[in-house]
Amino acid sequence: MTRAHHDPRLPRLLHPAAWWAWAIGLAMAASRTTNPLLLALVVAVVGYVVAARRELGAASPFGAFLRLGLFVIAMRVLFQALLGGGVPGRTVLLTLPEVPLPPGSGGLRLGGSVTLEGVLAAAYDGARLAAVLACIGAANALASPRRLLRYVPATLYEVGTALVVALTYAPQLVEDARRVRAARRLRGHAGRGPRELARLAAPVLDSALERALDLAASMESRGYGRSVHRDARSRRQATTLTLVGLGGVVAGVYGLLDGGSAPLLGLPLLLVGSAAASASLAVGARREPRSRYRPDPWAAPEWVVLASGAVAGGLVLVAAQRGVQDIVVQTSPAVWPTVPWLPVVGLLLGLVPAWLSPLPPLRAVERVGDSRVIHTKGIRSAS
Amino acid sequence: MIRFEDVGVRFDDGGEPVLSAVDLQVDEGELALVVGATGSGKTTLLRCVNGLVPHFSGGTLSGRVTVDGRDTRTHRPRDLADVVGVVGQDPAAAFVTDTVEEELAYGMESLGVHGDVMRRRVEETLDLLGLADVRQRTLRTLSGGQQQRVAIGGVLAAHPRVLVLDEPTSALDPVAAEEVLAALTRLVHDLGLTVLLAEHRLERVVQYADRVVVVENGRVSSDLPAAAMATSPVSPPIVDLGRLAGWSPLPLSVRDARRVVGPMRTQLAGRAPNRIVRSVTMTGQGEALLSARALVVNRGRRPVLRGIDLEVRAGEVVALMGRNGSGKSTLLAAACGLLPARVGSVRTGGLDPASLPPRELLRRVGLVPQDPGLLLYGETVSAECRAADTDMRVAPGTTRTLLVYLAPDVEDRTHPRDLSEGQRLALALAIVLAGEPPLVLLDEPTRGLDYGAKTRLVASLRSLAAERHGVLVATHDVELVAELADRVVVIADGELVTDGPADAVLAGSPAFAPQVAKVMHPQPWLTVADVAAALAAS
Repeated sequence: MTRAHHDPRLPRLLHPAAWWAWAIGLAMAASRTTNPLLLALVVAVVGYVVAARRELGAASPFGAFLRLGLFVIAMRVLFQALLGGGVPGRTVLLTLPEVPLPPGSGGLRLGGSVTLEGVLAAAYDGARLAAVLACIGAANALASPRRLLRYVPATLYEVGTALVVALTYAPQLVEDARRVRAARRLRGHAGRGPRELARLAAPVLDSALERALDLAASMESRGYGRSVHRDARSRRQATTLTLVGLGGVVAGVYGLLDGGSAPLLGLPLLLVGSAAASASLAVGARREPRSRYRPDPWAAPEWVVLASGAVAGGLVLVAAQRGVQDIVVQTSPAVWPTVPWLPVVGLLLGLVPAWLSPLPPLRAVERVGDSRVIHTKGIRSAS
Repeated sequence: MIRFEDVGVRFDDGGEPVLSAVDLQVDEGELALVVGATGSGKTTLLRCVNGLVPHFSGGTLSGRVTVDGRDTRTHRPRDLADVVGVVGQDPAAAFVTDTVEEELAYGMESLGVHGDVMRRRVEETLDLLGLADVRQRTLRTLSGGQQQRVAIGGVLAAHPRVLVLDEPTSALDPVAAEEVLAALTRLVHDLGLTVLLAEHRLERVVQYADRVVVVENGRVSSDLPAAAMATSPVSPPIVDLGRLAGWSPLPLSVRDARRVVGPMRTQLAGRAPNRIVRSVTMTGQGEALLSARALVVNRGRRPVLRGIDLEVRAGEVVALMGRNGSGKSTLLAAACGLLPARVGSVRTGGLDPASLPPRELLRRVGLVPQDPGLLLYGETVSAECRAADTDMRVAPGTTRTLLVYLAPDVEDRTHPRDLSEGQRLALALAIVLAGEPPLVLLDEPTRGLDYGAKTRLVASLRSLAAERHGVLVATHDVELVAELADRVVVIADGELVTDGPADAVLAGSPAFAPQVAKVMHPQPWLTVADVAAALAAS
């Protein structure tokens, strides 16, 4: 790391962990509120930063995550309307034909009246998940998970292989499905409808699986996971460390994202979890034979991005702890939510990386090109 | 360096062994070329070298394979990674990271090469393979040739002592292929790298080989190139020409052949190939089956075709050539309506293919895509053929009959995925031809095909043209074009560069000239068959 790395004006790729930490901070904020205005702000903030700092030519799954979010909201509302889900409400929007259920099936019903309160509660709940998904999509778009995986220590070798293969499998599956469907036209079918879908599923899954195997073979023959486990004892140690580390990470993330867990569980779980995770990773890293090509530096801009996410998440968390009004919006009776100022300030701080993080290299080149175009245009119009 | 001792490989118990009784030795610093017909076991042989067979593929390996003294029975592929580098058939399938630089460094990272050394080697590799100007690019956005070079570079940068390559040039245009091979020979000469390389396009590589390993029905023999070529079941045009003329030793490069071709040229002086001038477009005959006018087609936001004017008429075979990524596949996709015209128009039989319902489309145009597997959905060959008969609305059995003609030895119960590359292509072709579309489009049909399969392909396409079908073939294979095409269209960067009779276009450019044309220059011969016919007549 040189001093130049501290300067946000030097175009470079930010450390992937910084982007993921930032996104987790905002996801944490989103998970603590059901206020649709705040949730919309979260999506707007991550969307703006993605638009400003995404590297050109890299895959952008952000849009896909947004669509998935909309789907989640729709499904949540649909099930609420069909099944009730135990939310009491007075404002009846419409009444569906009801199928009587045997007594003792709890608050469940099938059909019946759909209330405004119920629909709103479902929509807010869905929106919360959608906003969390948007944050994850943003992290994916800003720093590809494969780049993050470079920092997964050899302790987690098996998990690492599985993740790389999985990360390739899913997009490959989508790509293959598209190609096979297009080719279906050449056999005189439109490639739509359930029968066609059943027909195409097998070849698509087949070929994506084949590619995943090719990839695993390629990783193997290029020495991935080489001499990590020299003997049985070290293998046992590694397995224990893997489990402890993974458990720690899962517990930590759970503590962060779940606002509903008991106060005793939340923060301590996070602390214990991350301690376990870092201990196991540190022990693993000492035995790691891998080296790293041009490791991303961790300099001032990384701290800024990390802090921005942490502050955004932290302020919303504080507001939620204090019970600031309309962090959790009242749905029964339904009222128009107000905008609490503390979380808004926090979320707006999440925008900081859009200005104070370095531009990715290709985008920086593009920008130089743009300014030249504007420049010559200016000359032309002046002459 | 590489030793096979009495090696046998079988993938299913009781079935035929894929390889048997293989004894083979490749010494340090040798470039050994593996040749053989499609499905003869070349890939299996290569994958034995670093232990992917049997550690990754399953199956049973008998005998012993040692590389640099390490036995593959006790060393897994990852334990051999510092000695052997393997580049598979499809480079894109092997990419582990996202960008060029990271991919080059990946192998070294796994081996634990020190950071500074790694940095230097990445720079060297970027220069060696001419990748410096794409170093930060995402791998998906590279052309096929660039991807192939990145795949080779990623393996080379780790400085293995043995490099194993499976068809490294089959996806490349002639110029890119020469670049890759030039880089390889430089490594063999300068660094003493041992290379084991399988390739169907012998005309491209046989001259660089120190040793030729012939794989035939699971049996392996190896010899010096000239001696091996004299009896090999597959041979490049230049060797065929040498056999025809009875030259000894057999010439392997254009340069060798030109030294001895004198008498033959004198004998043929003043004669011209007895090729019928078949190009109907030039004479304005035949109805237009495909016509593109000022055609612009985008992929995403990027225009890939920028104003193409092209016509394919009934009764002619047109070859579409051009660099990797120049827009050949896009043109074919537009011609059968998979991609819409952005500006301008494309018409097949007078109608816009993109707006035709699929069933109507079938009656006008058929495409065999680059990956023929895209057309195959069935569980067995016979089920596939039956489904095709229904799809194409033809009499039951039509597709199967066609398939028997194209590839006689395909069995009914085989899963299409288990067919060899050539057989799979034949099946896809049979499916497309069953509907007798007036216009037949083929995208890179010779990838993975041996010379025998290629000859059958040429014969069936020529007979289609004789029956007033129009054929448009996108290919890098100049030898195929020489034997097949009436007319050659060259596109570059989405624009049409050349459109003319095959003889003139091929003979006129060193990059596109087939071997026979290079040897016989300035006389206008393109194929061994032409020369043979003329010699027989004299």
